[in-house]
Amino acid sequence: MRMSGADIVLECLKLEGVDIFWGYPGGVVLPFYDRLPSHPEVKHVLVRHEQAAAHAADAYARVSGKVGVCLATSGPGATNLVTGITNAMMDSVPMVVITGNVTRTLLGRDGFQEADITGITLPITKHNYLVMHAADLAYTFKEAFYIANSGRKGPVLIDIPKDVFIEEAEFEYPDTVSIRGYKPTESKAVDVAQVKRAARVIDEAQKPVILAGHGVIQSEGGTAALRQFAEKAQIPVLTTLLGIGGISEDHVLSYGFMGMHGMYWANMAAVEADVVIGVGMRFDDRAMGRFADFNTKAKIVHIDIDPAEIGKNFVTHAPILGDVAQVLDLLTPEIAQATHGDWLRWIDSVREEHPSLKMPDTTELTPQFVIREIFEATKGEAIIVTGVGQHQMWAGQHYMFRHPRRWVSSGGLGTMGFEVPAAMGAQAARPDLEVWSIAGDGGFQMTLQELATIVDQKQPIKFAIMNNGFLGMVRQWQELFYRDNLVDVHISQPDFVKLADAYGIRALRIDDKTDVASAIAEARAHDGPFLLDFHVQEAGNVWPMVPAGASLLETVESADEVKV
Amino acid sequence: MAGREARSATLHTVIALVEDRPGVLNRVASLFRRRGFNIESLAVGHSETPGISRLTLVVDGANTVVEQVEKQLFKLIDVVKVADITHLPIVARELALVKVACTIANRADVIQIAQVFRADVVDVADMSVTIQVAGDEDKNDAFIELMEPYGIKELARTGRVALTRGIAEPTKVEEDEPEEVREFHAQAGRRPKKALPFVSD
Ligand SMILES: Cc1ncc(C[n+]2csc(CCOP(=O)(O)OP(=O)(O)O)c2C)c(N)n1
Repeated sequence: MRMSGADIVLECLKLEGVDIFWGYPGGVVLPFYDRLPSHPEVKHVLVRHEQAAAHAADAYARVSGKVGVCLATSGPGATNLVTGITNAMMDSVPMVVITGNVTRTLLGRDGFQEADITGITLPITKHNYLVMHAADLAYTFKEAFYIANSGRKGPVLIDIPKDVFIEEAEFEYPDTVSIRGYKPTESKAVDVAQVKRAARVIDEAQKPVILAGHGVIQSEGGTAALRQFAEKAQIPVLTTLLGIGGISEDHVLSYGFMGMHGMYWANMAAVEADVVIGVGMRFDDRAMGRFADFNTKAKIVHIDIDPAEIGKNFVTHAPILGDVAQVLDLLTPEIAQATHGDWLRWIDSVREEHPSLKMPDTTELTPQFVIREIFEATKGEAIIVTGVGQHQMWAGQHYMFRHPRRWVSSGGLGTMGFEVPAAMGAQAARPDLEVWSIAGDGGFQMTLQELATIVDQKQPIKFAIMNNGFLGMVRQWQELFYRDNLVDVHISQPDFVKLADAYGIRALRIDDKTDVASAIAEARAHDGPFLLDFHVQEAGNVWPMVPAGASLLETVESADEVKV
Repeated sequence: MAGREARSATLHTVIALVEDRPGVLNRVASLFRRRGFNIESLAVGHSETPGISRLTLVVDGANTVVEQVEKQLFKLIDVVKVADITHLPIVARELALVKVACTIANRADVIQIAQVFRADVVDVADMSVTIQVAGDEDKNDAFIELMEPYGIKELARTGRVALTRGIAEPTKVEEDEPEEVREFHAQAGRRPKKALPFVSD
């Protein structure tokens, strides 16, 4: 059938199962918006800033497992997406990003609102396209969705000049893609020899440990496969920050997350292990500490879908290239049953001596206390979205996750401001679940304009702002590593309750521990969005901590232990 | 000279077969810049397969670094095949054009040296001769060094190109694309020619 480029794009979205996307109009995408009402099956959410469209699509993808979609106009619209695209790239989140561009005849001539967005996004997309013919749109979309959601997932950008939206072409959506230069790992059989070699290494281990990453959650059936694997040989499981939820945190073999603000015992287990099994993770510096002396005795088994991750940061003794579930389903039958009783008891004893999750001993209201209360109230079933900073680490530490895809946090890029728009995407993906945005008073101010979108969309998101009057995490670093020389980390805020009121959102300010439970109950009982402004302790620091550039062995649990 | 030898131990010849598409060189260059890989030289041209360009890269680095180069290159969607052929039997050549200052008095000397190097004189002018020399980089370096006393007015060198010898595994693209995919890939991203009289491709 012949139709305009704009109609083709919308047909492609429908055929890819997209029912919602986030965007913002502008001159060059007007031919597209003009056709939107004729395609009511795809819902467009008008955001207040394009960065939010990208974060919403990103969080939608993390929670639903589907590809998230967002759209922006050329020039400033497109460049406003850059942070959101990078965020998705760093965390391997499948996303299709559509941008408009100036008419073909103006491209390359610095036309009004022209930005070379394919050039700009080269290093922050898995792939990108500039579509020059309406006839190419169908293939481009088919490829883009395939590339975004296969192999190591990631964002793919499609840039469409204004007149390509208008140009007519025959529309036929291809059934398959054929890309010579792209054969995702999972389309190839797992190398059985690699599996057998890894099994021998694991069987010989006395003190094995699993480091489970985001890949476990992204792999279909990955969490079940991980559990069976760990249970068969009784191997303790540590997660990376993004691996949280890859194993139920009340499982006996779950030992919490490791890394810069990970559990003390988890970091000790990682450096004490004789075999380290990385599963769907990339041995990132925030998780591993200083590479050079992470754990020089351990043999490393590395299961990952991205060949370039194998051997990138560490010499790997037994790599297995493949999708997590596909690999573990082959590996589990190959390994011997084991109990590793002494080793597990050793980690348990470290945990008893160094209880990383202790509550600060104070009558002051603390973020840790608030997060615990949210956990208790929601029984660990809510989706928790965070910003970046101290509150993010405390949320990771004190909320116990039982399910995958309920912890939505910016890991690789560490993007403040993620907390507000990501909550929109997460809630759209799982309207049946309660969504809590645990926000920093700094980060919240970066994207709070989206409160208007949330009200438009009647999204019952609950905000818990950890209002400490500081850019807390940066204050912590200045205090510990820059002689307590606090420079521009004290941050003022508007009255968040009044602000919420201006948006038509109910809100409460909480100053005392005793009011926390009732405030949370009130927010939960309300069937719309709700904002809780928790005036928490100003000075708290996140422990444990591995100072930047230090080894995991140097994990410290209080300021007294920090050597400057 | 010792420095060069030590370095040449870490030089790798890497072949990348890439789809001939707008922006593909940009993607490769962007990757090298971002990851801090050192490219000594880069040569691009058509390969034996229509639609596929052949890049020959000379990369300086330890084996593990070059392995990352290969893997990262291969992650680019437009890169179809990557091979480090350093340790295979190969023929490797680069070409240099050297414009040497000379007078009638010493022109014969210059041409004589060129002959020893099996180099061709491609242009003769009043005050210069231009010589084309082809070979491995060491040979070309040696020739250029010998020309220096006469005065090099201008120098142009290509990057290295290389092929495996004889029956050693060839670096080529095996997979054919379905007709309609080939058509799509052939025009995707290219500016429509007639529609754009003032923007050259
Ligand atoms: C966009 C962005 N800018 C700067 C930073 C650096 N940074 C990391 S944490 C942090 C402080 C965050 O403050 P807040 O949102 O109030 O959270 P808190 O640490 O107090 O819980 C800053 C500035 C960042 N991660 N992201």
